[in-house]
Amino acid sequence: MTATTQQQTGVTMTNVEAVRTTLHAALVRDDRVLVMGEDVGARGNVFLITKGFLEEFGPQRIIDTPLAEASIVGIAIGMAMEGLRPIAEIQFADFIYPAFNQIVGEAAKVRYRSNGDYTCPLVIRTPYGGGVRGALSHSVSIEALFYHVPGLTILAPSTPADIKGLLNAAIECPDPVLFLEHKKTYRSVKGEVPGGYYTIPIGKADVKKAGTQLSVVSYGYNLHQALDAANRLEGDGISVEVIDLRSIRPMDKGTILESVRKTRKLLIVHEDNKFGGIGAEISAMVAEEAFFELDAPIRRLAGPDVPAMGYALPLEEEFMTSTEEMVDAMRELARF
Amino acid sequence: MAKTTAARGRDLDRGGLSDEQLVAMLRNMLLQRQLDNRGFQLNRQGKIPFALGSEGHEAVQAGAAMAFERGRDVLAPYYRDLGLALGVGMSPFEILSSLFARQTDRSMGRQFPNHYTNHDLGVMSISSIIAGHCTHAVGVAAAFKYRGESGRAVLCTTGEGATSQGEWHESVNYAAVHGLPIVFLVQNNEWAISTPQDMQMKVANVADKAPGYGLPGVVCDGFSPIATYRVMHEALERAHAGGGPTIVEAKCYRFLSHSTDDDDRTYRSRDAIEERRKLDPVPRFEQALIEAGVIDEALAKRLKQDVLRETNEATDAAEAQPYPTAESLYTNVVAGDYKPWQD
Repeated sequence: MTATTQQQTGVTMTNVEAVRTTLHAALVRDDRVLVMGEDVGARGNVFLITKGFLEEFGPQRIIDTPLAEASIVGIAIGMAMEGLRPIAEIQFADFIYPAFNQIVGEAAKVRYRSNGDYTCPLVIRTPYGGGVRGALSHSVSIEALFYHVPGLTILAPSTPADIKGLLNAAIECPDPVLFLEHKKTYRSVKGEVPGGYYTIPIGKADVKKAGTQLSVVSYGYNLHQALDAANRLEGDGISVEVIDLRSIRPMDKGTILESVRKTRKLLIVHEDNKFGGIGAEISAMVAEEAFFELDAPIRRLAGPDVPAMGYALPLEEEFMTSTEEMVDAMRELARF
Repeated sequence: MAKTTAARGRDLDRGGLSDEQLVAMLRNMLLQRQLDNRGFQLNRQGKIPFALGSEGHEAVQAGAAMAFERGRDVLAPYYRDLGLALGVGMSPFEILSSLFARQTDRSMGRQFPNHYTNHDLGVMSISSIIAGHCTHAVGVAAAFKYRGESGRAVLCTTGEGATSQGEWHESVNYAAVHGLPIVFLVQNNEWAISTPQDMQMKVANVADKAPGYGLPGVVCDGFSPIATYRVMHEALERAHAGGGPTIVEAKCYRFLSHSTDDDDRTYRSRDAIEERRKLDPVPRFEQALIEAGVIDEALAKRLKQDVLRETNEATDAAEAQPYPTAESLYTNVVAGDYKPWQD
């Protein structure tokens, strides 16, 4: 580490600014780091995350790729196998399907199939999630499609400070990382970010609000709604503990179990479809490990079993779980 | 040590290669043939579950390997590259360790036969998913260019069927746009398992696709190691010098079934294969070197005895190795101690 563009003192910023400043610092810090993807150069990324990077770091490091997601990931894999630290961007998570083979069939297996002869220290960043009128192909959640895959690390931080710490950890990680950024939180979520370089350990959840009567596990935009709901219930004398998962694979069993053993009730909230979603794995784990310590059935609030949210506002709203639904579910579970 | 051929026997256009290099290519081809046969024999004996043959590819691979600069270039191979693997420095023992799936295999018995890895020699690890590795090859070439390592190039090989894949197209296109140091060698053996070339593409030559990418495309006789060497040497030199990618199509033929699990009698005639066998590159090159006076009959015989002995020794040595332990299934998923649930 030679230089840093970040101040040592904390500053308040949005999620999108946290992504931007962390990427910028990584580019300054390590010349093995490259950013590549569709429209990351002159356009500065569709959310302006890399605006000005092309001018500052040049076209060798900020690469506007051809419009071809499989090779964005595949070429980044080759760079990683050769010792660079590419950060590949998939413009919207919905566009990641053409790269599925490269992520699942290749990146996740490079270390394993060569028994460590080759490694793949690659970061794939992509904005996901709905609530922004993105319709069927600009609003999906993709984590469940990938969390089945050993060899992959999947991160989905929800606050600026966590984004900085976990994006730094992802860049340091010697294995491929899928880094998910919820679009609706890009500009709607602000928070204090510590100065200087730091990482947050991969695989560690964070108790964002302590409570005693009920545990809620969530991530992404839903996490902020869950916090809002929990704060509202505080006035009614219902004490809710809210856990931000942050890391989807690996997952933090210790933090979840410790909380559930204390509150004896669990609600899982995620935007992705309920069937086969992250909540299913958490439910199974808690049922296996702490069944007799539960005072109520595990409850899940998640996306419905339809292909995606529609463009029309009522279709989007129907798909997304509202804060009011969370309040109701928490109240019911607390009363159980 | 290179001698002129004019004084000795029939004239041989040697492509600038010395006697030693010509003999090395012949030896490589003889060893390929021997190891290929060994894989099929071991399968028939019930000693190994699977083998893939590259019979008919000996010349193109001996020629391409001779053009490869060891220690500088990187090979992104496909699953029919036994001769290239040997030619860039892998040993018969490594090949047999892979066939027997023994602990001494670099992947520790994880990978299918012919899916090599040898980072020290610049042999990249591949999957069986056709053309996926072409993007990785481009990534390595991009890294060479980014770091300013001139004089280094990537040799990316496929069969002709791979050129139907989107990832082959994406790879060639990206390499062309960025002028990367890479050669796409397409070993056109006319068959992708049972699917003939005219069901893969409308054009007569894979190289005909090159102008669509703004790249040079060259066809060479993949039954001639010297012809292949000449074209590959030129293409790699261009890449080393910053001249960008080339698509090289080496016309060869697949003499055997796709693998020990395939039966090519179900889709092609014996006569067609026998017709092509008349041009078998291995005895033909041996004969050409004898006629040119580069070797004599005695040396040819010795070379064949030599590769048979080497193959036998490697077979015995590899077979004697232990299997990987069952516990090794769990290692090297990711760095460190792997578990999806963190305590």
